[in-house]
Amino acid sequence: MMDDLRELYQEVILDHGKHPRNYGTIEDYNHTAHGHNPMCGDTLVLYLKTDADDVVRDVSFKGQGCAISVASASLMTEILKGKTVTEAERLFAAFHDMCTRDDAERPSDVDEEALERLEVLSGVREFPVRVKCATLAWHTMDAAVHDKGEISTE
Amino acid sequence: MTPVADTLTAPRAGTTGLDVDTVRAAFPVLNQEIYGRPLAYLDNAASSQKPEPVVEAMSAAYRQYYSNVHRGVHKLSQIATDHFEAARSAVARFIGAAHAEEIVFTRGATEALNLVAHSYGRRFLQVGDEVLITTIEHHSNIVPWQMLRDEIGITLRVAPVQDDGHVAAEDVIALMNARTKVVALPHISNALGTILPVPAIAEAAHAVGAVVVVDGCQGAPHTAVDVQALGADFYALSGHKMYGPTGIGALYGRWDLLEAMPPYQGGGEMIASVTFEKSTWKKPPHRFEAGTPAIVEAIGLGAAVAYLDDLDMAAVAAHEADLLAYATERLDRIDGLRIIGRAPEKAAIVSFVMDQAHAHDVGTIVDRAGVAIRAGHHCAQPAMERFGLSATVRASFGIYNTRAEVDQLAEALDFVKEIFG
Repeated sequence: MMDDLRELYQEVILDHGKHPRNYGTIEDYNHTAHGHNPMCGDTLVLYLKTDADDVVRDVSFKGQGCAISVASASLMTEILKGKTVTEAERLFAAFHDMCTRDDAERPSDVDEEALERLEVLSGVREFPVRVKCATLAWHTMDAAVHDKGEISTE
Repeated sequence: MTPVADTLTAPRAGTTGLDVDTVRAAFPVLNQEIYGRPLAYLDNAASSQKPEPVVEAMSAAYRQYYSNVHRGVHKLSQIATDHFEAARSAVARFIGAAHAEEIVFTRGATEALNLVAHSYGRRFLQVGDEVLITTIEHHSNIVPWQMLRDEIGITLRVAPVQDDGHVAAEDVIALMNARTKVVALPHISNALGTILPVPAIAEAAHAVGAVVVVDGCQGAPHTAVDVQALGADFYALSGHKMYGPTGIGALYGRWDLLEAMPPYQGGGEMIASVTFEKSTWKKPPHRFEAGTPAIVEAIGLGAAVAYLDDLDMAAVAAHEADLLAYATERLDRIDGLRIIGRAPEKAAIVSFVMDQAHAHDVGTIVDRAGVAIRAGHHCAQPAMERFGLSATVRASFGIYNTRAEVDQLAEALDFVKEIFG
């Protein structure tokens, strides 16, 4: 029992969950979205600042949620800086696969190092109801770059 | 003959007149392991398990006499109708209704409350009238009134809850006035376990000419209900939360009110006659039961209330009061754990948060220890917000739960501390 839980709640997750990075509101963001998980009430607001080449220059988030969702948002903000929006979208797709499929393949067109850092969240595969916790931040990022404003993981 | 010594054995700590071993034997689903641990099912406020008599009654209905009700001239239809109407009578007796005709079968408590808002609300409320609810309402006793507000321009007023989760009758009464037409409140809060002072509130509501709508989802399974003594004009209950099947609930409505109310939905079963110019309605309760009802589910609900009647609701309440006291004491000993809601009058629902971990993380960890609890807002977001929370962990107890399961929960919470430090 403890093994699965230790796999889910690795040190990195506990650390990012307790001490989220890039928490707050950045100045002069040009994309934002509000992510919401209606099943559990988790909420997250993401702020993104991209430049003319669609490169993420700065990113931050605010919100309330469990260790998994906060850690995922925190890790994501660290990883997104310097990535283009297209790269971010590819990472999202690869990460989503990693969280939901045992046989997920690593696509060749994504940042391998970033995906390796996200591997720490892949323990949610064994906890299907927690997948949405891990992916909420990324869904919100997706909504922000497409200026959708709000996203609900129903 | 039983030896005298056996009959004089002192009761075990926690025994209250309910033979829990016998009760548990009626719920085969409880007898299983989850991740190698015995299942401790503590999510009864969300939905309860079903005893053999309910499963058997439903199975017998399908195997022996299933047919549509109220329309066949044939024998099976008569038998099915008899069982269906017997279930209605059983529910009426169970909650102290004066007449079986005051029980409308619905899809659940949500539909029952919507029925009141739509049918009674649209007919008898107008612009400027007030509907008074409480802060600790389930969403199903908020949203139908908001929809009515947006449609016809009534005002929704909200009575406060005290810091300890207690709802003081005087706080609710203070918001009543001549414009108050409906006072809607839970019998027992699903989020905090608070038992509300319904009779005092109802008396004051009636004095200003308002009707009292009680959400009885957590009342019916956990305490003896007498709608007349409570002063409830309407009382909504949910089958699946009181050891009956899903897809069935009931609305108790005082006869004179039901009789004055227009239909909620139109269709078969609810009409006296139909021409293209005009249709006329049946009397209640059938006026509100358009279409073929959930026949077998209603029969299952009838079996559930018969089962609870046999156990005796006073014994049920005493057993659960013991579990509440034990759980409160046990959880209070855990560092960093804070119980939300300590109303003096409280049912066996324990909501809590932990400093170490978010409610969802707690839920996942105790699940691996075989303990089923709910983590979240419990469909009562305004109540959560009132206490500055977005989620709590909720352990909710029922007739088959034991002190050993409270211990299992407490031990599982030790794992939370172990992982989160």
